[in-house]
Amino acid sequence: MHKTKFQSFLNHLLLIVLVIIVIFPVYYAFVISSISFKEVFSMPPKLLPGTNLMANYSHAWNSVNLGRLLINSLIFALFTTFGKIFLSILTSFAIVYFDFRFKNFIFFITLLTLMMPVPVRIMSTYEVVSSFGWINSYQGLIFPMIASATGTFLLRQIFMSVPRELAEATIVDGGGPLTFLFKVLIPIAKTNIAALFVILFIWAWNQYLWPLIITTNPNMNVVQLGIEAVIPKGGTALPKWNQIMPVVIFTMIPPLGVILYLQRSFVQGLIEPEK
Amino acid sequence: MEQYKFKSKKLPYLLSIPQFIIVTIFILYPTYKSLELSLFTTSIFGGNKVFVGLQNFNDLFSSPDYLKTVVVSLIFAGGVTIIGLALSLLISVLINNALKGLTIYRTAFIWPYALSPAVAGAIWMFIMHPSYGILTSILPFELNWILNGNHALILIISAATWRMLGYNIAFYLAGLQSVPVSLREAAALDGASGFQKFFRITFPLLTPTTFFLLTMNLVYSFFRTFGLIHTVTKGGPSGMTEIMVYKTYKDGFINLVPGLSAAQSVILLAIVIGIISFQFKYLERKVHYA
Repeated sequence: MHKTKFQSFLNHLLLIVLVIIVIFPVYYAFVISSISFKEVFSMPPKLLPGTNLMANYSHAWNSVNLGRLLINSLIFALFTTFGKIFLSILTSFAIVYFDFRFKNFIFFITLLTLMMPVPVRIMSTYEVVSSFGWINSYQGLIFPMIASATGTFLLRQIFMSVPRELAEATIVDGGGPLTFLFKVLIPIAKTNIAALFVILFIWAWNQYLWPLIITTNPNMNVVQLGIEAVIPKGGTALPKWNQIMPVVIFTMIPPLGVILYLQRSFVQGLIEPEK
Repeated sequence: MEQYKFKSKKLPYLLSIPQFIIVTIFILYPTYKSLELSLFTTSIFGGNKVFVGLQNFNDLFSSPDYLKTVVVSLIFAGGVTIIGLALSLLISVLINNALKGLTIYRTAFIWPYALSPAVAGAIWMFIMHPSYGILTSILPFELNWILNGNHALILIISAATWRMLGYNIAFYLAGLQSVPVSLREAAALDGASGFQKFFRITFPLLTPTTFFLLTMNLVYSFFRTFGLIHTVTKGGPSGMTEIMVYKTYKDGFINLVPGLSAAQSVILLAIVIGIISFQFKYLERKVHYA
């Protein structure tokens, strides 16, 4: 690497400008969420946070029953994420560590579900769930989403690369398959499971279409739908952006927290095994 | 190497049955039902289903409205994928060249991936607002996504691309890290310029990453951007942002023509099968890490 100091300086400068451009929309959304209605339309635009933060956030909190929406999202996202992880651990453990008749069949149909995202079966999944009487319920939101081809595939790869001596050692020590799974295998795959948690939680938290059709009662909505609900449609009134942005900010905080907190696992457990 | 096998007749079935049940009831059966439903039409008066064969597909492909959603989806997906991959590759190369601060830069770029398309859309519709958007005010040309369909398409492509940058950068960075430095140094000794090194060595070695990200971005823009459209444009103005998934939803749940909606689902199924088969053909090991 023969690089002059000047080239390196330019490189960093360019990157810093790019970081600022990428961060700016979210920073600006935060600024808007902290100023008064009048200031939203002031020219030149305000670029520093104002003093209306608390007023805007408490108004937003009450305007769409935000607390309830956030709790619904949290229940939906956590149950879906842990459900997916749990089911994929069990399936991939069965596929890798046992010989049984339908092994390939089970793996094949699990992978096949990759080709069946919600839009390719939207009417009929709705019909199935409504025939169970599950419209406007947590189980109706969660169960259709908890199969995971991604998780099964990733964990199968990881489990296959675990040294076979570890399983033999567990047997010698008098342990059975489940002891091995919970005491040895899961701790070994910890980083990969954390990475899986990151992508699955973000995926679940950001679901939109399925909650939209399966919940008709505003009390069962998820927070993603709350944003659309607070943006006025048509009419002549100016949207109160200073009260819309707090909803946007609340909606982004949980997944943002997850990716920043678990970023290292995300990279090590998901992207690097790719190499 | 073969993994160790436990000896148990019942346990493997007990372990795999929960996922099997969920997959069958909530995914395989509904997919089969949508294939079936696509061959029927529901009469407006009785509500009873009438078998019509491929009539729904025929209707779709002779409807200018539907063909428009296909074109819009292709422009949208093409825009998001091409612009997104080009930008993230550029940023990743800059980070990789920086020598210092890789993890800091990665963190600084990765996080928009956590935001939902709906969140991205809400922010971008504001900063690109025709009368008071901060971005609109500094652009040298007029941008009115409320009235102009092409501008609305620019808005949703920008928001969707921005949201996916972090994901693309994370994978490109990992790919760049595995390009041997010695190769680039050897090329430099042979007098290769920066551009030559990039296009002759780095870019070809990144081909698997590029293919993987290509399929991921296509799946994302076709199937996971519904919230963006629903929050920002509802398909307008005049259908210029009505992507295929949005129309499938609209025909099924607002216009209440289930047969027509199911036929669109089947077409979407063909598209996703195409994208994922491509992925499996060129990259045996990888699946869908989204």
